[in-house]
Parts: sequence; C-alpha cells; structure tokens
Amino acid sequence: MARVVIDGKSYEVDGRRNLLHACLSLKLDLPYFCWHPAMGSVGACRQCAVKQFKDDRDTAGRLVMACMTPAADGTRISIDDPEAKAFRASVIEWLMLNHPHDCPVCDEGGECHLQDMTVMTGHVVRRNRFPKRTYHNQDLGPFLTHEMNRCIQCYRCVRFYRDYAGGRDFDVFGAHDQVYFGRAEDGVLESEFSGNLVEVCPTGVFTDKTLARHYTRKWDLQWAPSICAHCGLGCNTSVAERGGMLRRVMNRVNPEVNGHFLCDRGRFGYERAQRVTEDPEKEKRTPEDSEKKGLSESSGSSGVKRFSEFSGSLCGLLIGIGSPRASMESNFALQTLVGKDHFYSGLSDLDASLVSLILDILRNGPARAASLQDVENADAVFILGEDVTNTAPRLALSLRQSVRQKALERIGKGGIPLWHDAAVREAMQDEHGPLFIATPYATRLDDVATAVWRAAPDDLARLGLAVAHEIDAEAPAVSGFRMPMNSMADALRDARRPIVVCGTSCGSVPLIQAAANVAWALRRQGRAADLCFTVPECNTMGAALLGGGRLGAAFEAEADTVIILENDLYGRAGAAQVDGFLGRVKHVVVLDHLRTRTTSKAHLVLPAATFAESSGTTVNNEGRAQRFFQVLPSREPVMASWRWISEMLVAAGRTGWASLDEVLAAMGDARIRAAAPPAAGQRIPRRPPRYSGRTAMAAHVSVHEAPPPPDPDSPLAFSMEGFSPEAPPPLTPFFWWPGWNSIQAAHKFADGPSGVRLIEPGQRGAFFREVPAPFTPRRGEWWVVPVHHIFGTEEQSAMAPAIVKRSVEPTLALRPEDASDLGVSTGGAVQCMLDERTYRFRVQLRPELPVGVAGLSLMGATKGVGLPCWMALRRA
Amino acid sequence: MERPLTKNLRSDAPDLAETERVGGYQAARKALREMRPADVIDLVKRSGLRGRGGAGFPTGAKWSFVPMGSDVPHPKYLIANADEMEPGSFKDRLLLEGDPHQLIEGMIVSAYAIEANVGYIFLRWEYRVAAQRLALALRQAYERGYLGRYIMGSGFSFDLHLHVSAGRYMCGEETGLLNSLEGKRAVPRSKPPFPQSSGLWGKPTVVQNVETLCNVPHIVNHGADWFRTLSLSEEGGTKIFGVSGKVRRPGAWELPLGTPCRRILEEHAGGMKDGVRLRAVLPGGASTAFLAEDQLDVKMDFDSVARAGSRLGTGTMIALDDRTCPVGMLANLERFFARESCGWCTPCREGLPWVQRILDSMEEGRGQPGDIETLQRHGRFLGMGLTFCALAPGAVEPLRSALTLFRDDFERHLREKRCPWR
Repeated sequence: MARVVIDGKSYEVDGRRNLLHACLSLKLDLPYFCWHPAMGSVGACRQCAVKQFKDDRDTAGRLVMACMTPAADGTRISIDDPEAKAFRASVIEWLMLNHPHDCPVCDEGGECHLQDMTVMTGHVVRRNRFPKRTYHNQDLGPFLTHEMNRCIQCYRCVRFYRDYAGGRDFDVFGAHDQVYFGRAEDGVLESEFSGNLVEVCPTGVFTDKTLARHYTRKWDLQWAPSICAHCGLGCNTSVAERGGMLRRVMNRVNPEVNGHFLCDRGRFGYERAQRVTEDPEKEKRTPEDSEKKGLSESSGSSGVKRFSEFSGSLCGLLIGIGSPRASMESNFALQTLVGKDHFYSGLSDLDASLVSLILDILRNGPARAASLQDVENADAVFILGEDVTNTAPRLALSLRQSVRQKALERIGKGGIPLWHDAAVREAMQDEHGPLFIATPYATRLDDVATAVWRAAPDDLARLGLAVAHEIDAEAPAVSGFRMPMNSMADALRDARRPIVVCGTSCGSVPLIQAAANVAWALRRQGRAADLCFTVPECNTMGAALLGGGRLGAAFEAEADTVIILENDLYGRAGAAQVDGFLGRVKHVVVLDHLRTRTTSKAHLVLPAATFAESSGTTVNNEGRAQRFFQVLPSREPVMASWRWISEMLVAAGRTGWASLDEVLAAMGDARIRAAAPPAAGQRIPRRPPRYSGRTAMAAHVSVHEAPPPPDPDSPLAFSMEGFSPEAPPPLTPFFWWPGWNSIQAAHKFADGPSGVRLIEPGQRGAFFREVPAPFTPRRGEWWVVPVHHIFGTEEQSAMAPAIVKRSVEPTLALRPEDASDLGVSTGGAVQCMLDERTYRFRVQLRPELPVGVAGLSLMGATKGVGLPCWMALRRA
Repeated sequence: MERPLTKNLRSDAPDLAETERVGGYQAARKALREMRPADVIDLVKRSGLRGRGGAGFPTGAKWSFVPMGSDVPHPKYLIANADEMEPGSFKDRLLLEGDPHQLIEGMIVSAYAIEANVGYIFLRWEYRVAAQRLALALRQAYERGYLGRYIMGSGFSFDLHLHVSAGRYMCGEETGLLNSLEGKRAVPRSKPPFPQSSGLWGKPTVVQNVETLCNVPHIVNHGADWFRTLSLSEEGGTKIFGVSGKVRRPGAWELPLGTPCRRILEEHAGGMKDGVRLRAVLPGGASTAFLAEDQLDVKMDFDSVARAGSRLGTGTMIALDDRTCPVGMLANLERFFARESCGWCTPCREGLPWVQRILDSMEEGRGQPGDIETLQRHGRFLGMGLTFCALAPGAVEPLRSALTLFRDDFERHLREKRCPWR
C-alpha cells in the first residue's frame, strides 16, 4: 500500500498501480481514454493529466499523465488544479476537432465515454473553424458497424485486437491526423473476440450491429445480470430488453471468470432467445398437443391439465430426462417430480461418463479446478486435446494472456511496472510460453505455442501419461513412447502455477485421465498445478453434480410417460435409438423453448422460458454456481421449466414452489443458494434512472400505468424504482454512475468476484494406471473426431441470425493423402453409413491431421452420430 | 584551428587505404588492444562530449547507464542515428558522404565501450549517395577485419548493418527509430524505461547521432584534455555549424563549440545578401526558438544558447530576413511538423494541424480574432511533458518565440486581412 495526497487529502492506495487507476479506485473522477483496466497504460491520449508536486513546499508543480505515473508512496497530486483542468479541456477540444456532432443518430449516444469525458472536462464551445476530415467506413461483417469518422485515436481497439487477442487482420494505418483503424480492406473480422471492440471503443466507431437492428438507447433498456448460456465457462453478462424484445448482451465484470471480455458467440448469440418473443406465431410458444390441436390456443394451466390427464389416467411409470442446458432448479424440479430413481441426466452416455470422471478427478484429486483468472495467471500450460477457441472460446483469450506470465515476471523484476503496457510489450517482444498444445488438428492458439503436436486422442493420452511419468516416476510409464516435445516436463516442473487444459471434446476417457495424471504429478512435486476441463454446455457440470441415470438406461427403462426437459435427444444418441424410445413411450412430454426433432415427436410440448425469460442457476466448468436473472417480463403461457413442473406437482396433489428461493431451499445446498442473495430487502431496479416512456409505453392499451410485473424470484424489480448503488456483483444489472454513462462506469462498482465454487479438491493422489495402446489406423476406415465450431456447434446461439452468417458449412476434414486415395478433393463429397442412415459430407483438406484420423464438424445432424467413432468413408 | 571531424572529408569519400594512411582505425586498434570498455567510457566522460543530435546529453553518462558484464541481456545494440531530417540540418550528410569510415570507426570504439555486438546505421531514405558510400565502406571494413568476429585479434566482435529508413521525421526520434527498426510504426516510446535498459527488441541499446560518434575516435587518439581545448567554452570539441537562409554563403563549417553566433553568420556565411536585413535566427534547426538580432553574440554551445532562451539543437541555423514573412515561415515549418506527427498522442496529432491551418489562413488574409490566443495556447499546451515525445514541443518553440518577437506582424495580418509581404 502507498499513501498519496490528492488535492490535499491523504489516501491509502495500491502502490503497484498507476495514479489514474488509483484515483479511479478511490471513485474519484479523472477523465481518460487510452488506459483500460485489463490492458494497462500507453500514455497516448494525454487526457488524464494531473499536477504533481515534489513535496509540500512545491506550489508550482508540473503536469504529468496520471496513467504513466506510479502511485508511489508520498506522491502529491492535484486533479482540481486549474492548469490541469484547462489542459484536460484542451485535450477534449482537440479530440472534438474532427469528431462529428452526430450523437443523436449515433448508436453510442447515451453510453459514450467520449460524451461523458467531454461533459466532465467542461469543454463546450467549438473554436475550430476548419473542415473535419472524413474516412471510408468498412463492412466488417455481421457483428460490428464501423464509423471511422467518430474515431478519437485512443488506440484501444488495435491494442485489444492485436496485442491482447492476437488478431492479425485489423490494424492502424496512416499517420499524423489521418490515422485509420480497420482492416486493410473491407471484410469480416476474423477474431473470435471482435465484439469486445464495442466496449473497448470509447465512442461510436465500433457499435453492435445486432443491436442496431432493434436499437434502443442504453437508458431505455431494462437490464438483468445474466450468465452466458452458450458454452460451459459461464461468463457473466448483462442482458437487456425493451418492449418484450431482447436487444443486446454486454459484458459484466467478474474478475475470476470473464473479466472485461466476452467471445463473439456469447455476445451475439442471444438473438434466438429474442426471436422467440418477437414472433410468437412462428415459434408457437403455447402448449401444444399433437393429439388435440385445439389446445395450442389454451393457457398454461390447461397444458398442465392435459398433462395430468395423461398421468392421472395412466397410473403408469413416469420418468424424466434432464438437461445440461437447463438450470439447476429445473433439473432439480424434474428430479423431484419423477423421483431420483426415474431421473436421467440427459447427457449423452459418452458425455456422462466423461463428465463424471472429470467430477471425480476435481473432487477427489489434489488439483484444483482452475478459474479463467487462474488460467490467465498460469506460468505454464499444457493443452491436451482441446481446440479451446471453438469449445470454450473465452478460455482461449485467457490462455493468450497466460503465455506472457513468465516474461512478465522477468520484466517486473527488471523494474518496469506491469501496468506500463507499451514498455512491457517492448521488453517482452515475442517471448512467450511455455504453452504446449497437443490436439488432433490445428488450433487458433498454435501461433503462441511453444510446441504443438498432432495425434489421435489415444496417442495424446499416451503423451500426457508419459509427461506425467517424466515429472513423477510414480506415475505409470508408457512403454515404447518417444517423447515428441522435449523439455515439456521440465517446463511444467519449472513453473509455479502450471495448468493442464483438457475437456470432453475428444470424447476420450484416457485423455482426461492423462490430464489428471500430469496435474497430480506436478502436485506431488510441490507445484500448485491446476486443472481446467472444458465441458460442452452451460450447465453440464450442474447436471453431472445433480446426478441421474444414463440416457441409455432411460431408453431401456419401462415408462409410460417421459418428461423431457429442454433437451433434443437426437443430439444425444443415435436417431434409430431415439426414434425407438419415443415411439415406444405412450406419452412424451417435452418442456423446451427450441423447436427440435424431439419436440416434433412429442405428444405435449410445454413452452419453457429461455435464459432471458427466467431466473436460475448454472454451474460452470470450474464448478462455480452462478445465478442468471430474468430480464424479459413473464408472458403467459411461457414459464420457467421448474414452474411448469411445480404446477404438475400441485396437480398431482404434491407441494410445489412459489419462487426460485423455495426451489433453492428444497435443493438444500447452501452454497448454490449463496450464489446470489435471495429475493429480500430493498428491490434493485432493472431499469436505469433515466428510463423513458414508462407511463406512455402501454398507453395504447390502457392509459392507467400498470404496476411493475411482480418478480418473486429475485431481489430485482422490473422498474426504475428501488435502491441500486451498492448492489452486490451478482445483482448488478448494468454499469451506470452519475457522469459515467458508458460501461467504463464499472470501476465505480464493487469489483469482487461472484458465484460460489462447489468443487474443491480432495487428497487422493493415486494415479490412473491404465495406459491406452497406441492408435492403430485402419484400412478404409477413419477414426472421426468431432470438430467444434465457435459459430454453429452450440445449439442455442447457432440459430441467432448474426451467428448464422458466421457459421461455416459442416465439413469432413481429411488428410490430403487420404482424400486423394478416396478420389476426392476440397469441395468434393464423401458418404458413410451410420446408424442405418447415409450421411454425405463435403470434404475439407487438413494436412495436419494424424494418419487414420478424420474430423467432422459437430453441428446439427452430426451431433447424434456419436462422435468420435470409426467411419467407413467412400466417395459420394 | 583543428578540424578533426572534417579534415579528411572528400567530395568523393576517401577509400579505406586512404583513410588508413591518414590514421584511420588507429583509435579502434588502440581502444580494442589497450583499453578496457570502462576506460573508454571514462575517457569520453572526461572529454565532456555531448550528443550532437540536438538534446546535448553527455555521451559518457549515457553510456554508463548501459548494464555491463556477462549476465546482462544480450545482444546489446549501438545505433547511429543518421536519419537527419531536421529542417535546416545537413551536417551529418557531410560526414556520411565525405568520410564514411570515420563513422564506422567511431561505432566500433563506442560499441566496444558499451560491449554491444550489433550495430545499425539508421540512414535517412533520401541520402542515396551516403547509402552507397556506407555500403562500400562497410564491405571494405569487413574485408579488412575491422568488423565481424574478433576484430583485429581482440576478443571483441561487432556486426554493423546499414538500414535505410522509410523516410519520416519521427524515425529520427530516438525511440521512434527503435520501433521503426523493429518493423513497427514509428511511434515513440515513453521513457522510462530508457533504451539503455530496454531498447531495440527489448535489449540494452544506445542511439547516438552521427556527429557524436565521429568524435569518439579522435578523443581516443588525442585524449580528453585535447578535446576540451578544441572548444571556446566549457563543453569540449568542435561542432559542425550550418547556416541557411538569405546569407551570402550558405554552408556548413566545423568550428570550435562556443563560437559566437554572429561570427558564424558574418565571417563564415558572409553576412546577409544585399538588400536584406537579418531579423532573427533559429539557432539549431527548425525546432528551436528564435534568437533576435540583439541576441546574436551568444556563444554557440549547449548551455549558452539555453541561457539565451533557445537551444543549440543541431547547430544548423536558419536566418530570417526582413523580406520574408515570419508568419509564412512559421506556416511552412508547422506544415512540416503537422505532417510528420506520428499520430500517437492527441496534442501533437490534433494541435499541430490546427496551428498550421490558422497560420495558413492568416497568410491568406482570413485570420480571425482569437487566433493569436489559440496559437499561444498551443505554445503552452504542446510543451515538454504534455505531449508524448519532443516533436510537438520542438515544433512550438519557434511559434512561441515568434509570437513574442513578431507579435506586431501577426496582428498586422489580422488587421489588414492579408499578408503584408505578399
């Protein structure tokens, strides 16, 4: 800690920070542009000038840039000094020379950091009489709008895109007062993290193109804290609606999870959940009964009545199938309804075995489940099998930071403060790692890898086991294995916080065991090694924690009625098997918000709420329980799945639940309850204080203003009234502060982590001892591994229009040699028989694939194929 | 009067044999064989040599910040800044074209002093002749074993490369040069960290002006005391002074540091041409403040010129006469600086074009009330420490002094709504 004097008052601050960061941490107002909490200082914009005094006798002082000055003990500065204020106003005046006065038609208006800073410095009168410069704006693809004329050249975009996220197709061009930020030519931005430019840009150069289609000012939006539903990482988001339409997703800072950044799938994958409410006709969000079509117009309770008719008249066996994309609460509710013995977790059998193995490793073994923050701080990483950019995208961004840790340590010791980003990057140059990537095919992180190795999953597992053995001789040896990457074990052993990344995407039990062996071997050597496992869906971990029978067992189970919770079984098992099961069960009831092949086979479909229409809890890959909150007011008959089930319980004469807190109480896990405060105390408004049109919005229906919709499930209110200043992080709907309308207001809020970790390591250290045989290629057959796509693989985001535009056509990846043996080339097609069905795939050549291995895009119909598996391919 | 720097200058550049005949590479031999690196640094410190690129930082002191020994980051780099682009300056060009081996020898000795094993000559793009001659001289030096591994049988190795710049003023700024050399945009770096600790590719680096490096062999050959006696002031050595403008004999001359400004103008440049009268002088290139006619007795050394309110800079002066509009001259200069701004920091990127446009509009008779105040504000807010590097502070030095010296001329432009010289 350091003691600094600011305008005559003494404060205690973190001496490792720069003065700007220190001032903002004290919630003092000091304008800035180029500094960013996650990207540090470069001193370009000169906006944060303050006057610094040598000692208490120095009255003259000199202007310094706060962001470039350490908050050293004894520092004396003045923010209010007249010269400093005049200079800061002058900086705004310069920035405004060329800034168009188009705020009324600018999407950033009302949440523009440049507006805020302009007001803060007091610059009001334009003295420049010369013409403004203009630029060409580029078409950057379906996610971002580009309006370069608004640019104030803070350089944050290029620093994020290139330096932080490793993108290469975006740069800064030109010089003097003609500096241009964009691509060399129009075209889709390649980075999977391009959407962050919306928040990184302090003004309206990069704005959300999906928001623009249904634009609403920030102050007119109703917000709720949410958890991203599009992969297993559980990034914290703020989602916003107006008039019953979901409008946008923004980042919500959780320092231990996503920090300041999201991936593009998470940011732009929301529109499917919006379309549901936008177009109820098309989506038929009413109970639906295949036997009696008239029911589709009936209200929710008649859906339950239909259901009780089924079950009441049957007295038969009732089973339930849960879902890894439904909340803990809904899964628990179904488990309660059908009884533990008749509840099946809804993961594919392979996923279920992989995830339960992961759970066993994290709960009983000595290595912790790593958070994204832990990954970012890791000083050595070994990736086994995962193409993280496509399976858990935000993790790739964290890994990109981890490769800097070793060099950062050296640079920090050399006296360069770590917030001094420009100096740090100059000193670091391209020094990175260690990061070892062993995967079946090339990944987007290979450019920062110390070494990469391509092999079939079994051979990857052998590599992992061999590395574990080299680190600790107690771990089983792999006979006959030649280490392809030298010094790997040494590099991991030399690290203080090594992390092993693995996951379910290769579908390999030995691989996961090998990852555990490496981490445990490192633990035995006294290293604080962590494990980071990726899982496919937003509540995969929660579903595994809740338990339940295997899906295969459900298909065999005797049942008259099955209730399927938010799950498309055709993505979990072979079509023939699912067809057989659904054909055999007398009554198929499906709760869902997506139209799937499963809903088309159901006798009764009950419209479930999406993540935006309900509140609940998901558990991420790290085992962190986090609460998401409803943002779209309830609309009959759509209800959270657990509410439907609660009504079924009541209809069956049992006790249901009136609120989320009651479900949580029934679940009986105090830690899950603690993920967010209960619905008590003063309400926190979901609407900003400047929300407009409240009394007029529904005037065409009634001139009487309706009371805000009740929300029994959270401490939030569908209102602008209430108490918000000190909302705890899990309950912060949006970042807004007087004078800080942009997302930069985040620094005014509590910056603690949120969510509760449910899994902590145990003591068991016994290594997995089974060593798989080397992978043996077969003639005429290929071991086909799933190829994940950030845009397309995940079911819910895959239907969002902007994501659809970025999706690729599913392909089957082959080695060029194999393709020519089959007589096909790029763009040609191959076919194979699977599950008594012929599949046809377009061929993509990937020379890096191991011999005997092929890759198949995991999207749509291929999900039920049961990858990985052997496939006999022939030319189509 | 001794002229160590220019005595062997030839319009067609002496070749290696000729250079050796007049004592070339003797200093390198002496330093590498008889002196330790610390001895060389100490000698240069005692000589009082100050950087000739404009800032005048003591050379020996600069070198002493370089981490020494075997367990420091390596390789270390020595860079000759030959990106001479300061308007009015052409002194380095004389040395580069006229005696390239002198620079190479200076770099060998200087690199030895800081234990740098790799060197670059960062040359201005337009200096084509110099590029050819340097390339030839480098080849000859390699052939004779003056460059490369184990130079002259010593344990010291030094590889020297010629890099031709992409041609921007910013590339001549010490840290902008480093970024440019790394293939990045020529934007400056903030100091600290200084290049001596984290420079080219993050390694310890010393960037030195051509003229500075050319002095080093002579100091080694003749000693620090000899070097001090060359000058007419406390600061050691000679300096190449240049004069441009409407003088009778524009040119450059190697003269003792501390030679009075008026003597250079009158004795060497021959005074003003007939019919024109001297009004003021930019003493050290375009980014130094005007010295008025009555200040011309100032001794041309770093401290004396600073006391007079300007800077010695590159020592290449530009004379302003009474037939030239000072506003027009400034407009021309500021157009250069505005164009050459790298666009990194706000005040320079946005402020200089504004200044230029105001000056242009004054020249065109469209100046407005308040313009002078706006220019004054820029003179203040584009000052040292407020911008990222020294480009803008240098650019407003002539502006600030002109607003004082020629205030009437500015006001006449506004009052008469035209340029009185047109």
